[in-house]
Amino acid sequence: MTDYSYISLVLIIPIAVFVITGLFGKKFSAFSGILGTVGMLVTACLAYYTAYQYFIVGGRTDGAYPTIIAFKQTWLQFSPSLSIDFGIMLDPISVMMLVVVTTVSLMVHFYSIGYMHGEERYATYYSFLSLFSFSMLGLVVSTNIFQMYMFWELVGVSSFLLIGHYFEKPSAVSAAKKAFIVTRFADLGFLAGILVLSFYSESLDFQTIIHRMTDHNGVIFLNANAASFMGLSALTWALCLIFIGGAGKSAMFPLHIWLPDAMEGPTPVSALIHAATMVVAGVFLVARLFPVYAQIPITLDVVAYVGIFSAFFAAIIACTQTDIKRVLAFSTMSQIGYMMFSLGVAGGFWREKGLGYTASMFHLFTHAMFKALLFLGAGAVIHYVHSNEMGDMGGLRKKMPITNIVFFIACLAISGVPPLSGFFSKEEILTAAFNHNKIIYAVGILTACLTAFYMFRLYFMIFWNKSSISHHEGEVHHGEAPFTMKLPLILLAIATVVVGFIPFGKYISADGFALESEFHVNLLMIIAVLSGLLGITIATVFYMKPSEMPAKISSSLGSIYSSIHQKFFIDEICFFVTKKIIFNLVSAPSAWFDKNVVDEMMNFISVVTENTSDGIKSFQSGKIADYVLWFFASVIVLSVLIVFYLS
Amino acid sequence: MSLLNYISMMRFELFALGVIIFLLLVKIFSEKLNTSFILGLINFSLVVLLAASFIGHPHGSVFGGMFLNDGTIILEKQIITFATLLIFLQANFWLKKQENCLEFCLLLFSVLIGMYFLVSSGNFLMFYLGLEMATIPLAALAAFEFGRMRSAEAAGKMILSSAFSSAILLFGLSLIYGTTGSLDFNEVSLVFSSSSALQLFTLAFVFVGFAFKISIVPFHLWTADVYEGSPVAVTSFLSVVSKGASLFIFMTVLYRVFPIAQETWVHILVLLSAITMTIGNLFAMRQTNIKRFLAFSSITQAGYILIGVTSASALSMASVIYFILIYTFSNICAFTVVSIIANRNGKEDIGDYKGLYKTNPLLSIAMMLAVFSLAGIPPTAGFFGKLFLLTSGASAGLIVLLIIASLNMVVSLYYYLRIVKAMFVDKNENPVEKISTDVSAKAVLVICIAGILVIGFISFVFEYIHSLSFGI
Repeated sequence: MTDYSYISLVLIIPIAVFVITGLFGKKFSAFSGILGTVGMLVTACLAYYTAYQYFIVGGRTDGAYPTIIAFKQTWLQFSPSLSIDFGIMLDPISVMMLVVVTTVSLMVHFYSIGYMHGEERYATYYSFLSLFSFSMLGLVVSTNIFQMYMFWELVGVSSFLLIGHYFEKPSAVSAAKKAFIVTRFADLGFLAGILVLSFYSESLDFQTIIHRMTDHNGVIFLNANAASFMGLSALTWALCLIFIGGAGKSAMFPLHIWLPDAMEGPTPVSALIHAATMVVAGVFLVARLFPVYAQIPITLDVVAYVGIFSAFFAAIIACTQTDIKRVLAFSTMSQIGYMMFSLGVAGGFWREKGLGYTASMFHLFTHAMFKALLFLGAGAVIHYVHSNEMGDMGGLRKKMPITNIVFFIACLAISGVPPLSGFFSKEEILTAAFNHNKIIYAVGILTACLTAFYMFRLYFMIFWNKSSISHHEGEVHHGEAPFTMKLPLILLAIATVVVGFIPFGKYISADGFALESEFHVNLLMIIAVLSGLLGITIATVFYMKPSEMPAKISSSLGSIYSSIHQKFFIDEICFFVTKKIIFNLVSAPSAWFDKNVVDEMMNFISVVTENTSDGIKSFQSGKIADYVLWFFASVIVLSVLIVFYLS
Repeated sequence: MSLLNYISMMRFELFALGVIIFLLLVKIFSEKLNTSFILGLINFSLVVLLAASFIGHPHGSVFGGMFLNDGTIILEKQIITFATLLIFLQANFWLKKQENCLEFCLLLFSVLIGMYFLVSSGNFLMFYLGLEMATIPLAALAAFEFGRMRSAEAAGKMILSSAFSSAILLFGLSLIYGTTGSLDFNEVSLVFSSSSALQLFTLAFVFVGFAFKISIVPFHLWTADVYEGSPVAVTSFLSVVSKGASLFIFMTVLYRVFPIAQETWVHILVLLSAITMTIGNLFAMRQTNIKRFLAFSSITQAGYILIGVTSASALSMASVIYFILIYTFSNICAFTVVSIIANRNGKEDIGDYKGLYKTNPLLSIAMMLAVFSLAGIPPTAGFFGKLFLLTSGASAGLIVLLIIASLNMVVSLYYYLRIVKAMFVDKNENPVEKISTDVSAKAVLVICIAGILVIGFISFVFEYIHSLSFGI
């Protein structure tokens, strides 16, 4: 057995950095960035070492990767059978997530040294980054669902703090609030789900829950499956509720409305939180409980349909957006949709049926790399042009050669062009979908085509299109980007190219056994690639050179275009629901109730209080005889009560 | 039993006695007293005592069952000693300036010895002796600032009220002896019957004696006046140590002597707990003097503690002891801030705390944490303390009481946060100037803050207490 006692350092280092930079950062502002980066570097090295130990040295026992509880401490013992623990669990997906989170976090830390240079709240920024990394790492290694919930909320809080980094900007503040409130709303479902699930499984521990809930003959499973509410079993309800929580964090339709606004945060933050790590927490959650989900096919169908719809829906919207970060935000939502429906189409957790599971995790991994790269690249562009609007950009390929190349690589990867990483994972997802559900497969192919289209639309509008731009004419330019920003871009670009060749199925599969997927060219693969290439071709025709065509098409589509551009008015619908319906029908009556009943009651209480204390005041002024009188009277009352009424 | 065993059994009492004798000798033989030396010595001796208390596990009884000792009792004595040490440290600055510093220590140690006997008692006689020893010197301590009218008034009220309550208690005890023929806890519990009206009568009287010490409404009237008039050190002692020790023996007596009448006293506890929380809260809202405010807050806390006492299981005892430990940290933290400010410039009004954050940020943060913990806001330890109290109440099925308690907790947030608001938000033309805190008070604040922040997360503490606790 390999020794993993060092693993708690993975959590201790980020929280220590958070405390140090949080408390003393103001004094050593410049130092806090370096401290944060070095801390994350050490954490990342530990994560890599753990992955090496786990996958290569530790290897399989009995053909499957074991689940290792590297550290466990009982925190609250409620009853002999129910306790809340704190622990660190290592299994294939948590080790993979450790690698993803630390890698992206390290890149972002490093990149931010240049990007956030000279910011006023530089130290605060770094301390929050560390807090976020701590929370996210804690989330992925949680041994039980309650611990996960706490870290889940911590992730929400640190995301709130980071989105609201520029708190002087009203839009940033409202975006932070929106993200927080929408995800909190979803977390309510999560919490309810946890309660139902743990009530029936009589445990909070993941391993125990999974063990009990997959045992079809066990009393606990039968109970959970038999108890029904509105036609569905308790277990189904619990899983659906938990999925709501996951959908909130992962920006699935219709809880996605916070994600585009969250782009108000600093761009590296978007790369870390809203591309690679936090938003995949929902996928991770479903994957973590996957064996239980697999017991109830209907819940997996919910996951699959929500996922595919979000993927398609977001892809359509992304085609019309003009803000560079918003395009990326919708593309993130779309890609997470892929991961979700991929989980949904994995019909079971045994061998080949679990292909969707492996594919989902694979896509999570590759997506983290190329999406972080895209965001950081976009950050470099924004840093250079000082604008988020694609209209202000164009023709930057000469001025920003490195960014141009890495961005191009990332766009190819997300479009699924071989041999880049995105191709492998997306192809695997589509194969899984094809085996399970043809409709989902067809929509998936369509979405892949759209993805390629909008990504290359973005790419061409930034780096090609206009030959040179006028509004920066005459200004003295700083260079492309400082070294600290370029290095992460290059490293991530390399990762984007190579991670696709990792034989992922060997390491991560639903049942822990190796999933041997032989790589050979087949029709499905060709269709997937062709759909991507088609999207790229259309984008090239439209946007590589300035042309009138896109404008013509958009105007001919008229109201359809504008409704897509306005994101199908989902925000407006939400506002309508909250402002008009909830405020008028729920809040206004409760406000009336509050004002006229609660307040009056409070006033009444205060009047009573005042009168009572006025009454008592007269003998609190020093007459001890009155005290004694009260004392004696109370003794008599008490004695009478005891002797006559309570015995 | 060998002499060594005796000494080991009664190490707390003998140690305190030794300190008293030593202090008396010092008083007699030395011309000019060096107060810092004496205080240093006292603090040191308390630390030694605390350390020594962890050696060995002297269980058993001496003096024919009058004096008991077991794990729970040692733990309770450790908490009492620890709190006393914190109060000595907190009062260090003030005591150094006092002419009669030595007498203060002398009296406080007399109280301490009384409390040790009280907690260890296995017989109503010992119990009564301990109770009086723990009360009368306290009244003298309340009068310690005899230059001040309020101080003398506080002492007068305390001694008179306590004499009255003692009279009733003694009456109850004499009835117990009269009806059962014994004063020994075990023997009384064997003979006690819940169908005899006279014996139930004794239960009421004994109950009242406790209710007075723990300041449960409606036996609390002395509390606010005494807390306000006494020197801050004495007030902290009254609100933490005195209350804690009384609660410890209260539980022992209820669980050991009157298990047969459980149904009766549970009803009373529920009733008094609800009244105490509510009245304490309503009064705390209106207070402007911070000591008076903390007095009512401590009354409210006593109401919460009674919830824990009700279910009469090992869990309930553990939850009460655990809560008292946490309450010690929170309340002493608050009182330390109060004493630091009061001793420098005599300001005791909540209004004086306005804008404190601007001038004394560390004191404000300490006060804020203390208040959060008292209000039970997570993640401070106070939250976990209340959680277990309520859990214990829930295990007894007292849903109505729990609802009342929860409502009261919400209401109490209002006035606890009022202090935080005064310190952090309110503007003040003339705030308390920057205070350089002395080292020992700083140490108290650090210890208390650490306790408030950490104890809730160390499950070992609760489990350790739980392993020692007992119920009916």
